Amino acid sequence: MSRIVVHGLEKSYGDARVLERVNVTAEAGEFLSLVGASGCGKSTFLRILLGQEQQSGGVVVVGDRPIVPQPTTQRGIVFQRYSVFPHLTALQNLLLVEDFRSGGPFGRVFGVRRRNARQEAETMLERVGLAHARDLYPASLSGGMQQRLAIAQTLLGRPQILLLDEPFGALDPGIRVEMHELLTELWTEHGMTVVMVTHDIGEAFKLGTRVLVFDKVRHDRQFPSAYGATITYDLKLDRKNRASPQDVAKVAAMVGTTRPDSAIATTAS
Amino acid sequence: MNAVPEGGADVARAPRRRPRLRLINATVSRGGALFLGTLPFAAVAVAYLFASAQRLAVNPSDKLLPSPAQMWSAFLDLATVPDKRSGDLILWADTFASLVRLFAGVSVATLAALCLGVAIGFIPRVRAFLLPFVTVVCVIPPLALLPILFIALGLGETAKITLIALGVAPVMVRDIANRVMELPSELVAKAQTLGGNSWTMVLRLVLPQVTPRLITCVRLALGPAWLFLIAAEAIASTEGLGYRIFLVRRYLSMDVILPYVAWITLLAVITDWLLVRLSHVISPWAHPVQDK
Repeated sequence: MSRIVVHGLEKSYGDARVLERVNVTAEAGEFLSLVGASGCGKSTFLRILLGQEQQSGGVVVVGDRPIVPQPTTQRGIVFQRYSVFPHLTALQNLLLVEDFRSGGPFGRVFGVRRRNARQEAETMLERVGLAHARDLYPASLSGGMQQRLAIAQTLLGRPQILLLDEPFGALDPGIRVEMHELLTELWTEHGMTVVMVTHDIGEAFKLGTRVLVFDKVRHDRQFPSAYGATITYDLKLDRKNRASPQDVAKVAAMVGTTRPDSAIATTAS
Repeated sequence: MNAVPEGGADVARAPRRRPRLRLINATVSRGGALFLGTLPFAAVAVAYLFASAQRLAVNPSDKLLPSPAQMWSAFLDLATVPDKRSGDLILWADTFASLVRLFAGVSVATLAALCLGVAIGFIPRVRAFLLPFVTVVCVIPPLALLPILFIALGLGETAKITLIALGVAPVMVRDIANRVMELPSELVAKAQTLGGNSWTMVLRLVLPQVTPRLITCVRLALGPAWLFLIAAEAIASTEGLGYRIFLVRRYLSMDVILPYVAWITLLAVITDWLLVRLSHVISPWAHPVQDK
């Protein structure tokens, strides 16, 4: 529930520039969808927000101070893969949140705190529809169930910012729609700021209150990696009237999606 | 009726022939696997029995290839008749002495592998500090250190246990460190977003994740550990399985050596099996039930 201010952000790997001159301000409670062609740096942008990678220049302010270049409890994350801990059952994955939060020498809470954590974890499992799977290891959960567990786990950490890195990219279309509903509900309940990277233009328009397109504006034919991507299009969506098909088609064209029709259909669903 | 394709009846009546599959796709039935697996053992046993019978037919007091009956009686003597000089049951005294050394050495190595491996794999500063050293120590042939150990630590148990530990630990440390470095960065990032610090992440993320690999490491290390044990016992010892084998070698007592080798093999197989069971009990998540 904090605003994010990114100013003059740059990221290079050696000579290769990935991001340049990225400026964006997100108010608390916004839902930002980041889209762009593969390899345009939108995931890098997300990893910088997470603190997993450090920018080469510029500042990222979350709340009222620049972020430290390491992941903290301020920002939660759901990845596409390896999103939950494979050595813990569904319930243990959720209990781990309180264990980590306590920071004690045993990495585990006991007594009343454990009972409360268990209560909270079971409620959360119920909430995301995984009560029947509480004692299963992630390996025996389907992809959709694993992502639901991952979102539940991240939300238990009560982050101010929720970062999503193509969270539904590996799921079947039907499951994806279910996940969209769940995520929208949870976002409405918790009201945190969300930043989601996605390849699915339809998903970006359906879930986001704002769609940001990453692309390169400058090109060097002799040295393609000389210039990085920046935010080329920033579309705020009205909560009531969602995106028009023209907008979706326009963004789809910018990103280079071959199927604008399906994107428009997803947006409408 | 017309929908039935021509020749449909022929297809139904065609003899069920096994399709010819490529070698890599032809699977083996359970019984077949048991049969094939037994063959090499049977082949060695038959070859031995044949050769032994031939030699004993020419010279009944031949010592090189004793008959199974001779080996069994020699083995039984060692297991049940107290030694005239010390009063010990030699087989059990040897086994106990050797296993204590083996497990002490391997335990020390395992502990070192866990502590150093996790530290090297998880903490960049420790990695920069210790990885080059461990990498170099890894390539020192441990048996070349044996004289140094005997000189520095005396001929007692310490030198033997140290040899085993030094022999297997460096490889285990590197393996565990590698496994820790291979942990998906997503999991480490996620643990930090949930509030994990370096220590609690070691406890709740790294240790559980490397435990199955550690057990595999121990299983693989037991081979070299037996080698170093027998080498150390052969040179300076008064009891132990390796000591006994090298002692009776002077008298060409193949009737003792062969059962001892079989006994060591059996102990190694049992240890390995126990470790596999242990891994299933401690890390059930790493052994998902296989579909048939």
